[in-house]
Amino acid sequence: MTPHLMLFFVLAALAVGGAVSLIVASHPIRSALALIVVMVALAGLYLLLGAEFVAAVQIIVYAGAIMVLFVFVIMLLNAGEEERTNVSRLAGTAGIPLAVALAGFLAAAVARSTPVTATGAAAQGAASTRALANLLFREFVYPFELTSFLILVAILGALVLAQREK
Amino acid sequence: MKELFLQHAFLITTAVKCGLLLFIVLTVLAYLTWFERKMIAHMQSRWGPYRVGPHGLLQPAADGLKFLFKEDPTPAGVDRLVYFLAPALSLALGLTTLAVIPFGPEPIRIFGYETHLGIADLNIGLLVLFAISALGVYGIALGGWASNSKYSLLGGLRSSAQMISYELALTLSVVGVLLLAGSFSLRDIITAQEGRMLWGILPRWNILAGPAPQILGFLCYFVAAVAETNRAPFDLAEAESELVAGFHTEYASFKFAMFFMGEYANMIAVSCLATIMFFGGWISPFPTTPAWAWTYFLPSVLLAGFGLFVIWDGVHYETLFGKLVLPGVGAALCGLGALFALVPPVTSYIQGPFWFLTKVFVFLFIYVWARATLPRLRYDQLMSFGWKLLLPVSIANVVLTSLAILKWGGQ
Repeated sequence: MTPHLMLFFVLAALAVGGAVSLIVASHPIRSALALIVVMVALAGLYLLLGAEFVAAVQIIVYAGAIMVLFVFVIMLLNAGEEERTNVSRLAGTAGIPLAVALAGFLAAAVARSTPVTATGAAAQGAASTRALANLLFREFVYPFELTSFLILVAILGALVLAQREK
Repeated sequence: MKELFLQHAFLITTAVKCGLLLFIVLTVLAYLTWFERKMIAHMQSRWGPYRVGPHGLLQPAADGLKFLFKEDPTPAGVDRLVYFLAPALSLALGLTTLAVIPFGPEPIRIFGYETHLGIADLNIGLLVLFAISALGVYGIALGGWASNSKYSLLGGLRSSAQMISYELALTLSVVGVLLLAGSFSLRDIITAQEGRMLWGILPRWNILAGPAPQILGFLCYFVAAVAETNRAPFDLAEAESELVAGFHTEYASFKFAMFFMGEYANMIAVSCLATIMFFGGWISPFPTTPAWAWTYFLPSVLLAGFGLFVIWDGVHYETLFGKLVLPGVGAALCGLGALFALVPPVTSYIQGPFWFLTKVFVFLFIYVWARATLPRLRYDQLMSFGWKLLLPVSIANVVLTSLAILKWGGQ
């Protein structure tokens, strides 16, 4: 087992464990903390694939900014422990077969995929900061600008909603 | 021995460097509190710590012992996991930021294996630094929330709102430097600032150099960084006149000390980053021409001069303990100065670290100076300052720098 593979399994276990405890935890703050663990573990996985910029941005934007807002709102609203309810009938009947099907598809995809090391080496070139910038600002500049326009519209919408009270 | 070392050279040197840096940083943190108390005291015409050791020099040791042995009560109704996690997170993240800082240009050679000063030399060093410090807010916010106290909660809330607001300005203020250097690596950012300008009078540091002097960027960076580290005048998270002690009200003993050390480690990291990005890192402010070769002896002269002053002061000290200890410390400083001056390889080797640490020290002094001088901001002032002034100015700096590079060419 190479160190890379060992690191991968550690990070994957962290991500999956974090995701499970995100659902299982009864307190919203604990759930938010579990989500932060998932984000950081994902950043580690990106690092293993040689995508340093994406990894750093993942932590800065998701773990460092968006999750801070989540935690802030949970603290501000003083959200308490969640109450447990019985599992809904729809989730019981439709959820389990769907979960099994998803697991099957994933397993089939993993079984058919090429070894990790080959794709990792290939991704290294495309995922460097410079290559990423070239992709974003040369090849896909119009979709990129359109996305930022969308975000601007969303910000304006939030502003209008917040100002309506006055 | 030699083969064994060369086989595992990377692991061994990294472990040794980690241990060494941790030891040095923790000592420096302890003496930074002494320095801060002494400085503020003298700015306010007081003496500051004076009883424990000569000039209060053993005060940090006494404080450390006190933190270790004090009773550590856990308040009722706290979220235990988060309550214990928060101070550990604060300290760990604060210390981790220092791992990516390069302290000097020249590598050390051991058995032919070269290793640089500084633990990790990453090609995305700056981003990693920002990523770690972006996580730093959790220590404070969660500590405030988990304490089950209204003052702590208010402190934690204030701090998270403040850090979200100032992080944007902080990140945008360094974009200008990134555009000039064309790299995220801290080492590359420093080497891009080498050389002289204006007929060799001034160094080509980012704060001065064309095509786009980063004066606006530096001001935005430093103000936002002071706010990010929750220091005066932006220390609303622990405003003692309103919130008792803010987010760490319910923390005692060593857990309080961990918050404290995390904050000081962040101060050091911010000062290092300001040095690296705007003031040329380890690059000397003097030219490298033979006429300026005497500047190589500045570290020794300063050290020996300070050592002589300490000896003179020690001879006149009131207590016998001071009469014995201070001349000894002074003699050690003089000896160090002599070593730096008389052994040529050492003289040239310490130039980089000397200038780096001197600049860092200046920024730490400014931190203390600001705390002694400026009154705390009101909360609405803090928010409007961050969003209405700092953010637009830092965006303007990005635009101006980009235009300047487009017009006059960058690196």
